Amino acid sequence: MSVKKFMYVNRKAPYGTIYALESLEVVLIGAAFEQDVSLAFVDDGVYQLMKGQDTSEVGMKNFSPTYNALGDYDVNKLYVEKESLEERGLTVDDLMPLTYEDENDDYKEKPSIRVVTSEELSAIMDEQDVVLSF
Amino acid sequence: MKFGILVNEGPYNHQASDTAYQFTKAALEKGHEIFRVFFYNDGVNNGTRFGVPPQDDRNITKLWSELAEKHNLDLVVCVAAAQRRGILDADEAKRHGKDGDNIAPGFRISGLGQLIEAGIQADRLVVFGD
Repeated sequence: MSVKKFMYVNRKAPYGTIYALESLEVVLIGAAFEQDVSLAFVDDGVYQLMKGQDTSEVGMKNFSPTYNALGDYDVNKLYVEKESLEERGLTVDDLMPLTYEDENDDYKEKPSIRVVTSEELSAIMDEQDVVLSF
Repeated sequence: MKFGILVNEGPYNHQASDTAYQFTKAALEKGHEIFRVFFYNDGVNNGTRFGVPPQDDRNITKLWSELAEKHNLDLVVCVAAAQRRGILDADEAKRHGKDGDNIAPGFRISGLGQLIEAGIQADRLVVFGD
């Protein structure tokens, strides 16, 4: 089976709508198909990766710990748009420190999150075979 | 060209399903192949046969069903998203102890793997959503 480049574009805040949660569900199922997977976080989608999410008062499940598991599924390219962070007064330090073990580099632990400019992200999107936006 | 179609919004509340339907119909009329239409998020609500829109309005579910019958289309409703929202076929209704099913003709319930497969097999996966 051919390997395609799949990108999941996450544009919405983690709560308020179900898009973030159901996008993550596709990513986890899709990981079993051994495609070249990356995730992009733009606009309010950058909030999905925020540290210290607490949903106890809104009666919804806090699914943010699931992002930690992505590295184990070989999903280790999480592109976060720099402009979206800046517009919201955020930096990469506000985001969860997500990592993966690089099997091509003696299983060294490396950061999964890569902050890229809008222009860089646009070039990365252009290389994709399949873009799913949520 | 071989297309995969993803519909992420429910009928009437959003135009995504109408546009996806029109795109699919136009593609078929131009001789293209539709590998599969996959319904996800609130898009699964397109698959209930219990909708009764006013008579002077379009019945989106019926349009999809008719198009599926005419062109042997594969209309797949995501099982996980469907369970959340109460879209059931006879097997699912039985499994979960529900007293009825509501899946529309031409639709079937299956897993998210069917969406990924559509992404792999189709030349283009076109997403209709918000």
